[in-house]
Amino acid sequence: MSKEHSHIISTIVEHKPGVLYTVSNLFRRRGFNIDNISVGPAEEVGLARMTIMVTGDDRTIEQVIKQLNKLIDVIKVTRLNSEHSVTRELALVKVNAINTKARSDIINYADIFRARVVDVSPDSLMMELTGTSDKIDAFINLMKPFGVKEVARTGKTALSRGTKSIIIED
Amino acid sequence: MKKMTGAQALIESLEQEKVEVIFGISGGALLPIHEVLCDSNIRHILARHEQGAAHAAEGYARASGRAGVCMATSGPGATNIVTGLANAYLDSSPLIALTGQVNTKSANTSYMIGRDAFQEADIIGITTPITKYNCQVKTAAEIPKAVKTTFHIATTGRPGPALIDFPKDTQTGKAEMDFSENLKIRGFKPNTEPHPVQVKKAVKLLLSAERPMILAGGGVIISNASPELLQLAELLMMPVATTFMGKSCFPENHPLSMGNIGMHGTMLANIMILEADVLLAVGTRFQDRSTGNLDSFCPDAKIIHIDIDAAEIGKNVEVDVPIVADAKPTLSLIRQQLVHKIKKQENTPWIKKVKEAKEKFLSEMDLGKCELSSPKLLRELRRILPENAIVTTEVGQNQMWAALHFQTFKPRTFISSGGLGTMGFGFPAAIGAKVACPTCPVVDIAGDGSFRMTEQELGTSVTEDIPVIVVILNNSMLGMVAQWQRLFYGGRYAGVKLGNVPDFAKLAQAYGAEGVRIGSIKEFSDAVKKALNTEVTTVIDVPICPEDDVWPMVPPSKGLKDTITGV
Repeated sequence: MSKEHSHIISTIVEHKPGVLYTVSNLFRRRGFNIDNISVGPAEEVGLARMTIMVTGDDRTIEQVIKQLNKLIDVIKVTRLNSEHSVTRELALVKVNAINTKARSDIINYADIFRARVVDVSPDSLMMELTGTSDKIDAFINLMKPFGVKEVARTGKTALSRGTKSIIIED
Repeated sequence: MKKMTGAQALIESLEQEKVEVIFGISGGALLPIHEVLCDSNIRHILARHEQGAAHAAEGYARASGRAGVCMATSGPGATNIVTGLANAYLDSSPLIALTGQVNTKSANTSYMIGRDAFQEADIIGITTPITKYNCQVKTAAEIPKAVKTTFHIATTGRPGPALIDFPKDTQTGKAEMDFSENLKIRGFKPNTEPHPVQVKKAVKLLLSAERPMILAGGGVIISNASPELLQLAELLMMPVATTFMGKSCFPENHPLSMGNIGMHGTMLANIMILEADVLLAVGTRFQDRSTGNLDSFCPDAKIIHIDIDAAEIGKNVEVDVPIVADAKPTLSLIRQQLVHKIKKQENTPWIKKVKEAKEKFLSEMDLGKCELSSPKLLRELRRILPENAIVTTEVGQNQMWAALHFQTFKPRTFISSGGLGTMGFGFPAAIGAKVACPTCPVVDIAGDGSFRMTEQELGTSVTEDIPVIVVILNNSMLGMVAQWQRLFYGGRYAGVKLGNVPDFAKLAQAYGAEGVRIGSIKEFSDAVKKALNTEVTTVIDVPICPEDDVWPMVPPSKGLKDTITGV
C-alpha cells in the first residue's frame, strides 16, 4: 500500500441537473472520500468543471479516476500535479470590530494578506480573501482574537499551468 | 420530422431499435404508452410482479445477446424492478427499464414531480448507483434521442442496465419528432480495439510460458468470443478454467476444459490455476467468489488481463499486461501473431500433468450418497437435454451443483445470477430465455427456497404460452445457508427451515401447468422427457436429501489452495 496523499482531480462534466449527485454518489458508494469539491460553469456553454480533492494512495486515486471516467455525464478527468497547477480558494470572513483600534488592526492585517473589505457595519467588518488554503487558514487564525463571527469558504479550485487545457475534442 | 405524442415516439423508437418484446406490468403512469403499444407489433408480456418482468428481460438479453426491455409504472412498479437492475448491473447485462412517472407539470399541481404525488418515487435517485445510465425525459420532444442514447450506452462497450423515466405528461405531449438525429455522447467512447504494443507483450509472455492457463469470464460470452477462445487455447494447448459467469463460454466436454474456479469451483481448476506461470484472464473482474483470498491467488503467475472496462484492470488484482479492449478482436489478434511464431502445441509436460490431474479429480468427484442426489440428477438432466438447451438456475446450492455437475457446451446456454446472487432470478429468466429462443428447451434448475420468491410467474408462463421446465431440488430448506450453519455455526439451524409447503406439483396444477413429484431417477428422466415432448410448462419437484452439502468448497476468506471436499 503506497502512502496516502491529497490529490486534485479536475473533471469536465455535462452541466445539467443530477451530475453533482451522480459524481458524489460514486465516491460514497465506492468508499472514496471527498475532502473538498467545487463546481462551476466551464469555458464552454453546457459544460461544468468540478474540482475534487481526494486523499488516498495511488491505487485508490487510479480507481477513482477510472470510475469517474465510466460515468456517462463525465467527459474528461485529469489529475492535476500540485507543482504544475494553480490552486486557489476564496473566503469571506466576518470579524467583530467593536472599536477604532480593532478596526484599524484588522484593516492592517487585511492589507498584508491582500484581503479586501467588502462590507462594513458599526461593529463588524467583512473581508474577501483569495489564495491557497494555508494562507486563508493563517488569516482566519489571525482574526480569531478579534472574534470571528462567520466564515464562508468556497473550497479549492484549480487549473494546470501553461497553455495546456483539458481539450474537449468532438 | 413527424408530429406525434411522446408515447407514439417511444414506441416508434423502440421499433427502430428492433425491440420485439417488452416484459412488464401496466399502471396509471403508463396508460398512454400502453394505448399505443396495442397497435404495435411489439409483444407485451404481462408479468405477475415487476421483479419477474426485469429478470425475464435479462434472461431474454442473455440468451439473445440483445437488449432486453422491461416496463413498470411509477412508484412501487418502478421500485420493484430495482433488484432486477442491480442484478443486471453486476452481471453486465443490457437490460433496459422504462418507467412511468408522475407529471412534470400539471393543472392539479399536487400530481407533480417533487410533491410526493400518488405513486411517486425518485427512481432516478434510487437507480443511479445500479445502472450504467439513467435519465428522465422532461419533454416529449426529447424521447427519440433519449431512447437512442440509452440503447446505445446499454449495449455498447461493457453492457449494463439503463433506465428511462417517462413523466406522464411527456407521454401525452405532442411534438415534432426527429428520429434521425446523430448521436454524440462525449462522455462515452468505449475502446474495443486492443493496443498493438500490449498485444505484442501478451504474445511474448505467452511464448515464454511453460504452464500457461486461461481464465475466461462472462466477458467472453458477452463478446461472442468463444470461437476465438477455443482456437487460441488449442493452439497453445492452454487449459481453460472459467469463472462462474464464464460457464458455457468453453465446451466442458473438451479435454482442455477445467471447469469453474471459485468457492464452489472444481478441485481441478482451483488447484491447477495456482500452478500456472502465465495466466491469460479474459473478461473477468477477479471477484472474491472466484479468486478466494487474493494473497494466495496465482502466486507464480504473470497475468495478462483483457477487459473492455478499464476500471476492472488493477481493481482487485495487479496485472502484468493490461489490455483494455473487446475480447473477440483481442483473442483473434493474439492468435494471429502466435501462429507465425509457434507450431500447434501437442503434448507439453504441462498438459500431460493437467490431463493426469483431470482424470484423478474427475474420478474423485462427490456425487452424493442418496439415490436422488443433486449431482446425479443434474448429470441425468444433461444426458437427456439436447446441446442447445438453455439452463437457468436459482441461487444457492442448486446453482453451485448446476455449475459443478451440469456440463455446458455452447455459449449463452447457462444463465444465472452470478454477481448479485438473486434468489428468484432463474424462473423468470427462463421465461425470458424461452421467448428469445423459442425452439430451445429451457430448464430452470431451482431450489425450493428460491423458486418461492418468483413462483407467481407460473401465471405468465401459462397464460402467455411460454413453456419452460422447472426442476426443484427440494430440501425444504434454504440449503446453502443451512450448509454454512452446519459447517461454521455448529450445526445450529436458524431461519432456514421452510417446511414441506407448498405441494409444488399442486401449485403448478393450480396455475394450469403440469406438476409432478418424483421419487426416483427413472421417474425424473420420464418427467423431463415428457415435458420436452409436450412443451407444457412443467414443475418437477424432486425431494433430495435435506442435509446434502455442495462439495468442493473454499471456506470463506481462505484461498483456492484451501479447497476442501466433504469426503
